[in-house]
Amino acid sequence: MNWSAIRAIYVFEMDRFFRTLAQSLISPVLSTSLYFVVFGAAIGSRIDEVEGVSYGAFIVPGLIMLTVMTQAISNASFGIYFPKFIGTIYELLSAPINFLEIVMGYVGAAATKSMFIGIIILITSFFFVDIQIAHPLAMITFLVLTCISFALFGFIIGIWAGNFEQLQLVPLLIVTPLVFLGGSFYSISMLPPVWQTISMFNPVVYLISGFRWAFFGVADVPITMSLLAIGGFTTLCLGTVWWIFKTGWRIRQ
Amino acid sequence: MPTILSIKDLRKSYASGFEALKGVSIDIEEGEIIALLGPNGAGKTTLISTVCGITMPTSGSVSVGGYDILTDYRKARSLIGLVPQEIALEPFERVINTVRFSRGLFGKGRKDAAVEDILKRLSLWDKRDAQIRELSGGMKRRVLIAKALAHEPRVLFLDEPTAGVDVELRKDMWDIVEQLRGDGVTTILTTHYIEEAEAIADRVGVIANGEILLVEDKDKLMARMGQKQLDVQLTSQLDTIPPALAGYDLALSNDGWTLVYSYDTKGERTGITKLLTDVAASGLQLRDVVTRQSSLEDIFVSLVRKDEEDAA
Repeated sequence: MNWSAIRAIYVFEMDRFFRTLAQSLISPVLSTSLYFVVFGAAIGSRIDEVEGVSYGAFIVPGLIMLTVMTQAISNASFGIYFPKFIGTIYELLSAPINFLEIVMGYVGAAATKSMFIGIIILITSFFFVDIQIAHPLAMITFLVLTCISFALFGFIIGIWAGNFEQLQLVPLLIVTPLVFLGGSFYSISMLPPVWQTISMFNPVVYLISGFRWAFFGVADVPITMSLLAIGGFTTLCLGTVWWIFKTGWRIRQ
Repeated sequence: MPTILSIKDLRKSYASGFEALKGVSIDIEEGEIIALLGPNGAGKTTLISTVCGITMPTSGSVSVGGYDILTDYRKARSLIGLVPQEIALEPFERVINTVRFSRGLFGKGRKDAAVEDILKRLSLWDKRDAQIRELSGGMKRRVLIAKALAHEPRVLFLDEPTAGVDVELRKDMWDIVEQLRGDGVTTILTTHYIEEAEAIADRVGVIANGEILLVEDKDKLMARMGQKQLDVQLTSQLDTIPPALAGYDLALSNDGWTLVYSYDTKGERTGITKLLTDVAASGLQLRDVVTRQSSLEDIFVSLVRKDEEDAA
């Protein structure tokens, strides 16, 4: 293992994050606060408790997930796409490193960044609503796994993308709708039966449900299902990354 | 000198079917400076990219310092530094950080003294905290070289290092390559500036259409293939070459003031003495006599042209 290379990539990527720290943090904090004002205070005051939890608190896990998933994808996809775009990828390809080490550097950095932002949102939410975390260990596990798996997913998108439009395409057209329809702002049980069934095909439902269970002990789907879902998604992404590594797809001619 | 880089029957075909390298073989000795000359699209960059791991070879083998580039890629690549043709740098990164990054990427631990030494050598030390986008084009090229040297490689590839670079920087770069030779670093540079090869290379390889046409010691090459020309400038204008001199392979310049005699330097007899005697005997008065050696450029053009004719 070329640990020095993994560290070099990680530090280099984190540098980018810290260089733009203000916009990296202000934007998620601001948008979270807006969600709290709009959904928590304005609309939420007219909504009863959801499964014994005040609506303002109920949306916290969903909000964190929403941001963490999109941030992990955008950071990791940009992280590997940018060197391809400006040509600095030559250095990665000619260095004595393997693909796994490249992935660890980029995905590790993107996961750290999104984790960081997730925690900032959690801290912000303490200012708006009263929340207790029922299963802290499970909460951390879900957060870490989500950060890593979505960063892996973002990395794959970054490798695949041939231009900036494609880089935005998957997050915009697939991930955002799935996350919004994945129960970020509502419980699946609030939907008509048909939509409840359809929702079961949305993988994000399992992640948000599991994460919410870690907070409040209530869930849309059994926690084991949630764990299987996140485990399955991580495995799928790892498998794809392994395949890219084996074939050199879109990287090495 | 031991061989540091050995390329054997290297072939590269792209998915489009285009054959960029058609069985290239070359051994490069430790510490030498070799220039690969060739027209655009000859396969120079593909050759470098394949050795450095950026593209995969279709067949053939390459070893660097005895390590195969595929089976022992970590050891092989850690011996190589690459300066690419295009300027590719993260615009917002600081000079010193990007050099540190390269060093780390190649598996070397952080060593500030080594980075400082490289930056100073390349006159970048004063700019170490500048963002790359603030630098001039020439400075950016220096940063690329600094990055390539950051892990103290034994073999340095310079892909068209002086394309679009001003005279001063070009001289500086040649000096840097000379200095590196002093440290025992082997340099392989591609260029289509003949003067560059002429100025700094020990050996010259000519590559065209994915094949190496020739690799030879630069001086020997020039001596072997070097044609010389003797210009005999006259005090009176001529319309035609006098019949007394018809036995020589002479050309008359357009203005009629000069007789041009081509001869081979490797020949036992150049025929100059006899020619000049005959010129004097024919009653012509000499104003001046000038000899000119053909440059690498002439040799190169004739080689590539011959290759194209053979291919046709």
